[in-house]
Parts: sequence; C-alpha cells; structure tokens
Amino acid sequence: MKTYTYSEKKDTRSGFGAGLAELGRTNPNVVALCADLIGSLKMNEFINENPERFFQIGIAEANMMGIAAGLTIGGKIPFTGTFANFSTGRVYDQIRQSIAYSNKNVKICASHAGLTLGEDGATHQILEDIGLMKMLPGMVVINTCDYNQTKAATIAIAEHDGPVYLRFGRPAVPVFMPEDQVFEIGKAIQLQEGSDVTIVATGHLVWEALEAAKLLHQKGVSAEVINIHTIKPLDDKAILDSVAKTGCIVTAEEHNFLGGLGESVARVLALNNPTPQEFVATNDTFGESGTPAQLMDKYGLNSNAITQKVLKVINRK
Amino acid sequence: MSDKILHDLTSQVRRDILRMVHKVNSGHPGGSLGCTEFLVVLYTKIMNRKVGFEMNGIDEDLFFLSNGHISPVFYSVLAHSGYFPVEELNTFRLLNSRLQGHPTTHEGLPGVRIASGSLGQGLSVALGAAESKKLNNDSNLIYTLHGDGELQEGQNWEAIMYASAKNIDNLIATIDLNGKQIDGATDDVLPMGSINDKFEAFDWTVIEVENGNDIDSIIEGMASAKAATGKGKPVCVLLKTMMGNGVDFMMHTHAWHGKAPNDAQLESALNQNPETLGDY
Repeated sequence: MKTYTYSEKKDTRSGFGAGLAELGRTNPNVVALCADLIGSLKMNEFINENPERFFQIGIAEANMMGIAAGLTIGGKIPFTGTFANFSTGRVYDQIRQSIAYSNKNVKICASHAGLTLGEDGATHQILEDIGLMKMLPGMVVINTCDYNQTKAATIAIAEHDGPVYLRFGRPAVPVFMPEDQVFEIGKAIQLQEGSDVTIVATGHLVWEALEAAKLLHQKGVSAEVINIHTIKPLDDKAILDSVAKTGCIVTAEEHNFLGGLGESVARVLALNNPTPQEFVATNDTFGESGTPAQLMDKYGLNSNAITQKVLKVINRK
Repeated sequence: MSDKILHDLTSQVRRDILRMVHKVNSGHPGGSLGCTEFLVVLYTKIMNRKVGFEMNGIDEDLFFLSNGHISPVFYSVLAHSGYFPVEELNTFRLLNSRLQGHPTTHEGLPGVRIASGSLGQGLSVALGAAESKKLNNDSNLIYTLHGDGELQEGQNWEAIMYASAKNIDNLIATIDLNGKQIDGATDDVLPMGSINDKFEAFDWTVIEVENGNDIDSIIEGMASAKAATGKGKPVCVLLKTMMGNGVDFMMHTHAWHGKAPNDAQLESALNQNPETLGDY
C-alpha cells in the first residue's frame, strides 16, 4: 500500500490563482474576468502582473459570461472567476447559449463549491453545479482535489480548445499530489492499487478516500483508489478496468447524488458491466451553515462515510 | 453604391423574408421587415468587412444580432453580402440546415459569430468583442442590433452600465424601436418610459433616427454614430421603425411578430415588393 503524506494544507482556490498567474506569464492570449471576488478567487497575482488583461465586471455575472464569450472573438482565452453558485446556476442560460452552444473557448473557474464553503450556508453552497455543467453538450467538467492539481489543471485547460468548467473550493486541505504532475483532461489517476473494492473520488473527497483506504486496510480490505478529476469526459476505461478486478465500487463527491459523478459512473457500469455501487454524496438536499468539517460529517462526506459505504457494497457482491 | 441598388436589394430581401417564412409556415416576418433597410445599409454602406469569414474577425467591423428571432432578414442580408449562397435561404428552418430558426455558430454558417434567440445576451457578447479589439489594437468597430422589448431583460442593463463605466467607445448598439412585442405594444406589456433618457442616464451618446425605414436617414444616422465613436463613450442608435414595413397588412400591428403569411397573403405581400435581383 502506498503512503500519502502532506507537509501542508492549502486551499485549492490558491492553486487556481497560482496557475492563472503562471498562464499570465506564458500565454499572452489568456485574459481573466471577475465579478467582485478577486480576493476570494486569489486572482491578485495575475491582475498585478497583467492589469490590461484583467476585466473587473462588478456584481453582474450574466454580463461576465457574455463578455467572456465575446472576448474569444479576437482570439482571447478568457478565465472567469466567481463562486460556483454564481458561475453556474445564476448564469445557466448565458453559458448555454453564448458559450456552450456557441462553442466559445471560455474557462469557467468556480471556487467555493460544495458544503466546504461553510458558514455562509446553503445560498452559497451549490451541490448541483456538476450536474448543470455536465449536461451541456461540449462542456468539459473538472473537479480538482488539492492545490497542486488545481494549479496543474488551470494551466492545462488553457490548451484545450472549447468550454471548460473548473470546480474547486475554499478550505485549506492536504497537498498530496506531486507538484510536477502532468494534468491530462479525462485521464483518471490510480492512487492506490487494491483488489476488494474500487473507490472513485473527485475533489475534496480524494484525500478522504485515501484516508478511508488506510482504515479499510486495517480491517483487511484492499481498496483501489482512483482520483477522477475529470467528470466529463469520463475515463470509462479506468473505471471498467478497476471494477473488472474488484467487482464493486463506491463513488465519492461533494455534490448531490442526482446529477453528479456517481450517476455518470453508474451509466458506464450499466452499459458495460453492471456492478454493485454505493454513493457518497449529498442526498437531494440543500446544505446549511457550519464549519466545513462539521458539514462534511453531518452530510456523510468524509473518510468514515466512505468506509461505511465500502463495507456495505462489498456485502452486495 | 447608388440608391437604386440599395432599394433593389431592400425589395429583394423583403421577398426573401416573406418566402422563407411562408415555405416553412413559421418564423418572424414582422421585425425582419422592420429592420430590412437597416441591415441592408449596415452591410452595404457602413461596415468595413473583409472578404470571406473568419470567426476572429481581426481588422474588420463585426456585427452581433441580439434579437435572434429576426433571423430571416439576417440570413438574407448575409447571403446577399457574399457569406453563403443565396440559394441556401431555401433551407431556412429545415432539418439539417445551417439556417436554424435562430442564428447559431453551431452549424458553421459563415457570418454568424454568436448564437442568439434567448434574449438580452448580445450586448454583453459585443462588449467582450469590443474589449478584444482594444487588446488587439484593432481600431475597427462593433455593431449590434436589439429589440426594444428585449430591453426588458435585465442583463442588458448590466451591459449598458459596464459599457460606459469602462469607456467602450468602439461599439454602436442599435435599438429597433418598433414599440411592439409578442403580446402587444411595449407600452401595454411593460412600459419602459423614455429609452433615450435611460441610455443618457447611463452616460451613452444617443443618436435618434426618426425614420428608421428610410435609407438616407439610416445612412445619415449611422454616419453620425460612427463619428461619435472613439470619444470615450459607447454609442446608441435609437432606430424608430415600423414592424412589418413594406407589406401593408403587416404594418401597424404586432400580429405578424411570429406568424407566417398564407398563400394569398404571400402573393399580396410579394406584389408590393418587386423581384429585383432574382428570387432564390
């Protein structure tokens, strides 16, 4: 069993900020837009270094999505930054018509996704955004797990020609992915090799899945852990190869089970190799105020919850 | 280009619009007919256009249609401006056509740079294109067209606020002031007061064209608008038009906003607009 450690905790949004800053230095076509949340999105470094390539839109997210679409006409690669709720639900039709249907090369970068936004509560904690975005034809959907992966993903999506939804979060979480990783859109990463169960996790739940694998190891259960940063296009092969070996699967995400990663995985399994599956996800509910750790515990989104679902799914084999 | 050529093109575009919507018994003739003179003038006399079509539109003027339902007039003018064969108008709203009910880039139709139809989004897109031109040191202009009823969509006012705040002075937004929308007169559906005062309050330069169906008035108004660009302010043209212009029974009513003529009505409408450049 591989050992994963971390020397520090950092927020994934800072990984976005670092990636954007690097793009500012390496790609003159990259421009950034923000709807009055520069500090929250960690965009200051890019802005300080490239003031002419930054557009402060004000609190007007619909206008921001349209301006981003227009900026692509002329060859720019716009990165929009605001909270996940305001990046998706608030502006769904603008994204649908002006970006997705129009096939504009816009990168929708969304922070504060999910419950871990914490005390601000349900108005800001979107748990439906993966579903909203993955339903749009042509949209790539990525949910990164730590600072390093978020930075690498931010840099990688500039090279992809087409709309991308990049989802990350607010709290400081363990930094365990390598700094020099190559981020490949749509390519899952096997973190633990195992034989009894497959755990496919995305975003903040990847670290929790690694912790669960340690707990399970102590119980004599060998868990394969897959870091599936890209929800669309999904790495079908990685999932099918793994369940061919393990015979059961748990999906884990900070999102509603309706419309999330788990449903995408279930479709792949149903079409190719029907397999017992359990879902670690929110259960068709809004969130509420609380600390991130309290919320992840209450809504069953931590290593303990994953462990329980693994023990359940193994019995269904 | 002589006036006769412009008048001939206008008449032919009207015929195209009427025949397109008649064939598929759907589409929006009223607003299309009302904006025929404007789009003919814009594409033949005003815009600096390059031959051929590239999505990025570097070193040329760009146009964005925000009220996408008037696609018939847009398609006809694009075809007559050389973006695609005029015969393709025959495929309007048919299965597998590039000429979708509302304009889209999705099928790769040359001349279209953004999908529109869901209202209120075009000005924001145009602002992005205007910012892109500024970054590229491209001094060409962005033109847009919007319905007056469309201004009821809130996103417009986000964009109108941004445009003056950020000194977007390489953009000319034209509002089709025909005073009508699907459910009736704009003054009955949702009275908007003075559009002129509203744009001025948002610190735009406003130019009014009293007769937006008169070719010379449009040329003069757009020349004034062009002269007002580059001075730190966005420019708005309030184009007073007649919905259904050029077809007597389609004028002075909102009834033809989204309704096609029957065979007899088509014949009457075509008789009022002689074939000049050849029907497709």
